Amino acid sequence: MRLDHRTIVDLIDSGSRILDLGCGDGELLSRLAEGKGVRGQGVEISEQAIYKCVEKGVSVFHSDIASGLSGFPDQSFDFAILNQSLQEVRNIGFVLDEALRVCRRAVVGLPNFAHVRARWSLFFRGRAPVTPSLPYDWSESPNVRFMSMADFRNFCRNRGIRILRAKYLGVHGRVSFWPNLFASNGIFLIESETRWDA
Amino acid sequence: MTPPKERPIVMTQYFTFAEPPDGLLLESGRTLGPVTLAYETYGRLNWKKNNAVLVCHAFSGNAHVSGYNQPDDKTPGWWDDMVGPGKAIDTDKYFVVCSNILGGCGGSTGPSSVNPATGKLYGLEFPMVTVRDMVEAQRRLADHLGIHKLLAVTGGSMGGMQALQWVASYPDRVRSAIPISTALKHSPQQIALDEVGRQAVMADTDWHLGNYYGRKLPEKGLALARMIGHITYMSDRSMEEKFSRRLKDEKYSFSFATDFEVEGYLRYRGDNFVKRFDANSYLYITKAMDYFDLSGDRLFGDGRTVKTRFLVIAFHSDWLYPLYQSREIVTLLKMRGVDATTCEIQSTYGHDAFLLEIDEESRLIRHFLAKTQDLANREDA
Repeated sequence: MRLDHRTIVDLIDSGSRILDLGCGDGELLSRLAEGKGVRGQGVEISEQAIYKCVEKGVSVFHSDIASGLSGFPDQSFDFAILNQSLQEVRNIGFVLDEALRVCRRAVVGLPNFAHVRARWSLFFRGRAPVTPSLPYDWSESPNVRFMSMADFRNFCRNRGIRILRAKYLGVHGRVSFWPNLFASNGIFLIESETRWDA
Repeated sequence: MTPPKERPIVMTQYFTFAEPPDGLLLESGRTLGPVTLAYETYGRLNWKKNNAVLVCHAFSGNAHVSGYNQPDDKTPGWWDDMVGPGKAIDTDKYFVVCSNILGGCGGSTGPSSVNPATGKLYGLEFPMVTVRDMVEAQRRLADHLGIHKLLAVTGGSMGGMQALQWVASYPDRVRSAIPISTALKHSPQQIALDEVGRQAVMADTDWHLGNYYGRKLPEKGLALARMIGHITYMSDRSMEEKFSRRLKDEKYSFSFATDFEVEGYLRYRGDNFVKRFDANSYLYITKAMDYFDLSGDRLFGDGRTVKTRFLVIAFHSDWLYPLYQSREIVTLLKMRGVDATTCEIQSTYGHDAFLLEIDEESRLIRHFLAKTQDLANREDA
């Protein structure tokens, strides 16, 4: 199993209700259904990915993430998953607010733009970075937002979002030392500081 | 000559119920009886009776969804690409049922049937029927066939409305619904197009307030209505691809003869339609679609949710049932936490896409049904 998927599966409670925003081909939801008995629902923009989800038995709404969240009642899911999808939306604040309106918690997986290889590429080569977690040439990247691990932590602090757990991943395994430099990906378990059930 | 194996022969069957004095109580408050439904079945009901799939036909369809009624039939059933052995709705796995709608003219009771009270054909004496009434009649057929819980109800356009109505009327009897190219309700534009079709029929001097049986049929009016219908089933793009401005002959005739291929096509379609369709059924069925409205709390009832799984399919370029109408269904599914899959398929075929984009629909429906069957088997174990 992919390292990021394994990390996310560990963060999710068994039997919970999951909304996977940008679920791609449904691989993660399929794993979660098998391993953790979750009730999963995906949201995905790509028509071709929808067919792959259905082949795996994953339920999915064909929609972009931002408008895909409207209509769901408050706190109707236990977890939102935004794995490698948040950097592809413009209105990050709106999407996170909506995810935490609809779901009690969210698991966010993000590439680290401040990874040592990215810094190296920019500083010494003067070129937009292409790294294992940012694999696209600048002209073809679906990413529209470029953040570091520190940027995301700062963003959450300013927006009233609490980070409950943070896991940092390199290419081969966990990264615990200086993650903003050595992690290629970060996976954050977050919740809103505003209590919806209050 | 024996038909080759890939040409399965299927017989249309008939089920009659609601004999007087009982009758079928209609949404309008009137009763109708006896009621006959023409239907066809394919495959076998398994011993758990949990593999039945009801296919609902669209406006002008009939019970003959797959295979051939006669060995020398030129064309198979109306959704043969989707329904049959090894196909997405696999008749080797599922027990498939398709019945002609109440009010239709494909063997089920409708305005061209005999009114037992008078011994004459109903004509406009036939009571107005709704999509809910059509589903009520199908429910009686399901009872008759020993099906308590359907694995799936599916259909495109008005067939999709029936699938939705099944969930509204009998949520506990439907494990999954697959509404395709459809809507929770007709928009004013759809009602307007239907009304133009009805006016075309009723303006025909041969219509005689529906009393044309045994006389000259209101062919001109019905053909015109169908021509308008066919324009709404295509898209600007698909018409360009199919006809462009091609001429039937090399030169303009400088007359009102059919110069363009598209004119010839529409006339051909209109003329063919009057041979197989009853003008009064046209009026009744379009009205039933216009009355259909499951918006607001009507699909699931006030605050309720359902265990029924959904697969909602819509097509880009369908301007008769645009994407936003399928999204309105999806919004209700989200609000009620219904397990659902939706797909908006790229297509240039317009509303006709649900009969033509077979590969994409098959990929969705085949696996969705397999998953639903798996869940049903686990539940029934």
